[in-house]
Amino acid sequence: MTRIIPRGIAAAFLVSAALVASPRGATAQMPGMSMPGMTGMDAPVTIPAGAIYTVADVHFMQGMISHHAQAIYMAHMAVSHGANPRLLKFAQKIAQSQTAEIRLMQDWLVANHQMAPDTAAWHHVMMPGMLTPEQLTQLGAAQGKNFDRTFLTLMIQHHEGALTMVTDLYAAPLAAQDIDVSVFANDVQTVQTAEIGLMEQMLDQL
Amino acid sequence: MIRIPRRVFTAAAAALTLAAAAPGLHAQTYPKPGDPRNGLKYGMLDAGEASEGLRHVSFTPKPPLLDSAQGLTFINSDLAFRGTTVYQGNFSGFMIWDVKNPAKPELLSVIDCVSAQADPSIYGNLLFVSAEGGGNRVDCKKGGVKDPADHMAGVRIFDVSNPRAPKLIKNVQTCKGSHTHTIIPDPKDKGVIYIYVSGTQNARPATELAGCNNGTDAADENNSLYRLDVIKVPLAHPEQAAVVTGARIFTGLDAAPRATSRAARGGEGGGGRGGRGGRGGAAGAPAGPPPPPTGPKNCHDVTSYPYMHLLAGACASYGLLVDVSDPMHPVRLDAKSDTNFSLWHTAVFSNDASKVVFTDEWGGGTAPNCQATSMLEMGGNTTLTINKGKMTERAFFKIPSSQTPQENCVSHNGGLLPVPGRDIMMQGWYQGGIDAIDFTDPDHPFEIAFSDRGPVDAPPAPGDTTGGAISRQRGSIGGSWGAYYYNGYVYSSELARGFDVYELTPTEKLSANELAAAKLIHMDQYNPQSQPHIVWPAAFPVVRSYRDQLVRDSGLSADRLSAISKALDAAEKQTGAARRASLTKLATQVAGDEKSASDTKRVTAMAAAIKALAAATN
Repeated sequence: MTRIIPRGIAAAFLVSAALVASPRGATAQMPGMSMPGMTGMDAPVTIPAGAIYTVADVHFMQGMISHHAQAIYMAHMAVSHGANPRLLKFAQKIAQSQTAEIRLMQDWLVANHQMAPDTAAWHHVMMPGMLTPEQLTQLGAAQGKNFDRTFLTLMIQHHEGALTMVTDLYAAPLAAQDIDVSVFANDVQTVQTAEIGLMEQMLDQL
Repeated sequence: MIRIPRRVFTAAAAALTLAAAAPGLHAQTYPKPGDPRNGLKYGMLDAGEASEGLRHVSFTPKPPLLDSAQGLTFINSDLAFRGTTVYQGNFSGFMIWDVKNPAKPELLSVIDCVSAQADPSIYGNLLFVSAEGGGNRVDCKKGGVKDPADHMAGVRIFDVSNPRAPKLIKNVQTCKGSHTHTIIPDPKDKGVIYIYVSGTQNARPATELAGCNNGTDAADENNSLYRLDVIKVPLAHPEQAAVVTGARIFTGLDAAPRATSRAARGGEGGGGRGGRGGRGGAAGAPAGPPPPPTGPKNCHDVTSYPYMHLLAGACASYGLLVDVSDPMHPVRLDAKSDTNFSLWHTAVFSNDASKVVFTDEWGGGTAPNCQATSMLEMGGNTTLTINKGKMTERAFFKIPSSQTPQENCVSHNGGLLPVPGRDIMMQGWYQGGIDAIDFTDPDHPFEIAFSDRGPVDAPPAPGDTTGGAISRQRGSIGGSWGAYYYNGYVYSSELARGFDVYELTPTEKLSANELAAAKLIHMDQYNPQSQPHIVWPAAFPVVRSYRDQLVRDSGLSADRLSAISKALDAAEKQTGAARRASLTKLATQVAGDEKSASDTKRVTAMAAAIKALAAATN
């Protein structure tokens, strides 16, 4: 199961959007949504009374699903674009790691009766660091060493965006107190910081 | 049977090489399908179990106060030991067990105190508990932090002199909180211990805790990052415990050796030997300009070895070796990074500190990373040798079973099993179960015992997308946080289920004499992250352990081993001066065997053990 997600079957993770909690407590709209109505992620968030998590936590978990899904899409490209063996292995690691993390986020959202986006949602969402359609085209057109360089440059940008999302989460009032969100956000920060260092080294050594 | 099949490694490496050229990442062929741990029945309390060389002595479920399957909120964490008492952390508190009867542990108290992740250490009557993240309160209560003044992140100190009524006596606040922590006693002053605090988060705002500061200069004394907070605890006045300095062991790490590229497991040379310095993969290029600052800001966990004045820092992207002769002024000796590590997580030294095993917590512990399809070169143990303060990567180990997508699994915490003549660690692998791993030969670590349960949860039914319950896409988080040998038994903290006790049983890979020698080691207190030095007493099981090892590795001729065995049996039947004379004579003979032995080192060790036994005979 923990394999690269091919483009077509991402929706296998789909979780019904009918899992919205009863309307009490705070509601808010997801920031950064470029195409409202396409993903259900523009739906208002309702925080149940007594919950330890905030709207920022829900938006973080929802947004990071799309963020990760794009990273997995990029990692999958490495296979067909002649990436060097070291980069290919690194891409495989990103795909396996982030596939498991998407499940973690979806489970958390479902358990808390929040809308859990599927992995196709990234086509309609722009979170920090995510590639623009032009950048995706650029990456898709690259091959071999040119792909390696483009991939590393864009994945560093992508990872730095994830770190921005973590920083924003921690800066949000009362956010990241839920232990699952806190541990996960911390893992993202630790691992992606290390991976940025690794990618910079790989870039140097191309 | 459980020895690592090198040919399979090589096959996996070949598959990876092919993957580089072929349009598709190939499924790996390791592990073999026949492992008894594969396909165990799921169940929270009635899961299937498979063991080899380990007997399940007892299982005690979590007390109701901390019993819930709500994500990570109530999962159990690490263990600490003192006398017949075991302290077990839980993200929402901790438990104190009496294990006078390991078959029936008695719960002395359960403390409700939100302290993720609540890793405990014990020193005398003081219990130290790590607290990290935004949701821990000064008063331990649930409900989260509404006012920053209520926020606790750092190390809590409890007085556990009455184990039925522990008292919180101090919250030592730190800028980054405490993911884990490690005790280093003051080498001179018995009344003082230091606690090295690993906090993996960024510093909180100075408005919340004065002096906290997120900076980019690793050498800046005012920067809360790039340092381990060091708490000094005056044992007579623990309420005066305070952060006294920062261990700046990361300074200049950007200039440390570049990530080495180890071949995929089983690559060139076979057996997972680590390629270094530009071999393998794609690291052949010469060093370019210095990379931007990408070194770690924090450690995840550090293991001190006070007797050796050493500390192994598992610091996310690096593994560090640090001289802690002066705990207030640690000196970094070496730093290693490796593309095959996702997260340098924890470390265990060999007893002679000539080796250190670093673990890689790929996926953070919540991901199912021991499936047949999971990358082999990630999420396991790496053995490094230590020579004159420098570390060399040698080999990689990952459990050889095939776990399910419902089982979070990666290498996690452990400690030594004190068998003379061998380096063996006990280790928890979350839902991969517990393992005993021999790393005596740093190039060929192998498994010698295991026990594993099936997943906590059933796999999802085909087409089930109803959601509703947690763990629909993956399993509930569970398994062994850490497994530790302590005074004759193996204790394991099960994240979801409770508290397990096991006993090692003799097998062809671990003899009754070796287990008897391990049982000679009695500890008054044991914190796995503060590693004790093991010294075996003069005793027959120690000598016979070496004998058994020489039989196993054919290190000496069968005739000589047989004669030595007979001489030992005869000497044991004697007493006083007669025994002493027999043993002295035998020690001399065995010393003379060194010339003909293929395992000279072990024969020398056996001769010394016989001589010591003679000297100890009254």
